[in-house]
Amino acid sequence: MKAEEKFKDHIISILVYNKPGVAAKICGLITRRGFNIESFNGGKEKDKDMFRIVIVVKGDDRSIEQIQKQLNKVLETVKVTPIDQKYKVEREMALVKIKLSDGSRNDIFQLVEIFKGKIVDTHPAGIVAEITGTTEKIDAFIDLIPNNSLLMISRSGIVAMNRWAKTASSEYKRYKEADNGKNLHRTGCRS
Amino acid sequence: MYINGARIVVESLFKEKVDTVFCYIGGAVIPIFDALHKHGRNLRLIQPRHEQGGTHAADGYARSTGKTGVVIVTSGPGATNTITGITTAYMDSIPMVVITGQVPTGNLGTDAFQEADITGITIPITKANFLVKNIEDLAPIMKQAFHIARTGRPGPVVVDIPSDIQKEKTRFDYPEKFALSSYKPKENGHPGQIKAAMGLIQKAKRPLILVGGGVISSGSTDIVNQFIDRFGIPAVATLMGRGINPRKEELYLGGIGMHGSQYGNYAIQKTDLLIALGSRFSDRILGDVVSFAPKAKIIHVDIDPAEIGKNKNVHVPIVGNIRSVVSKLLEMVEVEHRYGDWILELTNFRNNHPMTYTPSDGLKPQYLIQLANNMFPEDAIVVSDVGQNQMWVSQYYQFKHPRCYLSSGGLGTMGFALPASIGAKIGNPHREVLMVAGDGGFQMNIQELATIRKYGLNIKMLVLDNAYLGMVRQWQQLLCKKRYMETEMMGNPDFAEIARVFGIKSRSISRPDEAETAMSELAESSEAMLIHAKVEREENVLPMVPAGKSLDSALTQI
Repeated sequence: MKAEEKFKDHIISILVYNKPGVAAKICGLITRRGFNIESFNGGKEKDKDMFRIVIVVKGDDRSIEQIQKQLNKVLETVKVTPIDQKYKVEREMALVKIKLSDGSRNDIFQLVEIFKGKIVDTHPAGIVAEITGTTEKIDAFIDLIPNNSLLMISRSGIVAMNRWAKTASSEYKRYKEADNGKNLHRTGCRS
Repeated sequence: MYINGARIVVESLFKEKVDTVFCYIGGAVIPIFDALHKHGRNLRLIQPRHEQGGTHAADGYARSTGKTGVVIVTSGPGATNTITGITTAYMDSIPMVVITGQVPTGNLGTDAFQEADITGITIPITKANFLVKNIEDLAPIMKQAFHIARTGRPGPVVVDIPSDIQKEKTRFDYPEKFALSSYKPKENGHPGQIKAAMGLIQKAKRPLILVGGGVISSGSTDIVNQFIDRFGIPAVATLMGRGINPRKEELYLGGIGMHGSQYGNYAIQKTDLLIALGSRFSDRILGDVVSFAPKAKIIHVDIDPAEIGKNKNVHVPIVGNIRSVVSKLLEMVEVEHRYGDWILELTNFRNNHPMTYTPSDGLKPQYLIQLANNMFPEDAIVVSDVGQNQMWVSQYYQFKHPRCYLSSGGLGTMGFALPASIGAKIGNPHREVLMVAGDGGFQMNIQELATIRKYGLNIKMLVLDNAYLGMVRQWQQLLCKKRYMETEMMGNPDFAEIARVFGIKSRSISRPDEAETAMSELAESSEAMLIHAKVEREENVLPMVPAGKSLDSALTQI
């Protein structure tokens, strides 16, 4: 197996109590166990005491499992949910500030159109485009903007969750039973 | 009761049945000490000479008694001085609550005098930590701190209390119950997994039990002894798991790993079923992870799910309290003793490869440890420092009971032994306490001799002085062709003289024929005493498995 195949991006969704310093704890834990955080974001749940963090880290399956267990040990952690590579819904949003010149104006407008983006700010000198989609789609859009036109990018990081097929299907229930308590991060047990 | 934060701290300590506090005062905890003065008459306060010493002492107290060690220090430098002590406790899963003073809430984040972000600093080295920003939160936080420190896999917890919170008043209601839904250690092992483990045990021909520190912290030594006796399965122990004492001597094979016995390591390499109880498979016992216990299926019982599969893949993981899991295993099946051939093989191997050293004209440190083993009572508490002295104690001292051997296993903290022995003696005033340290580590917290003097503690001290940082010197001999870089301890003081200056009886020895009388004087002394033993300088700890190598490849000479 090639190294790049072994180290895949893994998305982990973590439900925590909304306490001061909790994001620092989660970030610090992942960093000091030797992982790079590829993406990090979070927001309040409907219950304002709760906060959900979605992170993307690179690693092999074994070390990702270890990270999940360690995340579970953080006092404020309520639940750690790994996002399934296949059965997931994943989005990222980017605001891209683009300088316009007479020559490039139409090309840029067309690009935004093709990527089903929106123009959310206009000015004689340029625009701000809003692009939503997978990380790859946003990367592709940014790649197509000429360097001398690209002024600033602000990306949200990945938000993701498991599909219904993952959380509710009978197959999943069977899998859970066959799992027999071995897959410890799912049972939410901790020490 | 309408009282201030400082008194809430004191009353919470009473609620948690704390009787001893290791504390060092400073500007940011004056209110707490005032409350201790007015309301803390039933608490025994022990003042070390350095906050690091105080933290190790609380650790030694916790290790030797099983109770939670409590430390109170001031903000800034007082708090940062506890870091090594907290990390030592964290690595060895020792329950401890460290209360630190903090600058007033209004000054937080302004780089105020003696301000340090101690909750930020201690995130990676505590089980949990709290900064109290609101007086109403103080009592619930104290409750949580003690609960978290003691339960599940124990560990240190820091509570940081700004000085204005200590002065602010509120109604004191100590919560009866711990309420935090995100913290639920799993006590009982999964029945299916326990059944699977039982199946493996019944099929095994050469089973072996690996006893780790979790057996001691869960108070399961007696039940594990029963398990060994009942099934006739031999056992080995990690550095943290010493104190296993089955009725049949041949069923206990001592330590394993880098400086384990040859027979202990042999058992690991030959077993077909390793039952690991509360061990985290540290690199010091694994050597090379792939060739560790190559023929074995592994059952791993641990209360911390994160330890399972962390360093070594296992076949049957059981998350739960060792006491509960082992008692379930004991209930489940009767197994007749049928490991006779396996035990005979181990006994033969042990007879052919005993733990041994070569006597010479010089004073051998191993000999001193053997003498101590013969002369000190069975329930004596031995506290070793880190390095060669630690390994010789682990090799040549036989521990018959749990909580008799205190040692910084995970972090390997030099300077641990002297202050930790103070905590051990405070917690066990009627038991003998023997501290063993090298000349390097002894000087790292040597100021605590004054604490021994102050409280009149009858602690026996053996300083093995080879004027080297011996363990590193040994590595330099092995790996750097004796290029002894910065390991020679030039300018060491006369430790016997140092002890006398602190008002402690002492004696110097340097010849083997002086050893017996000196050690018996040490064992029988009715007051604190120090023996300064000038041991053979280049003695090595053997056998030795070089770091990262297979347990098969132990060196018996360097």
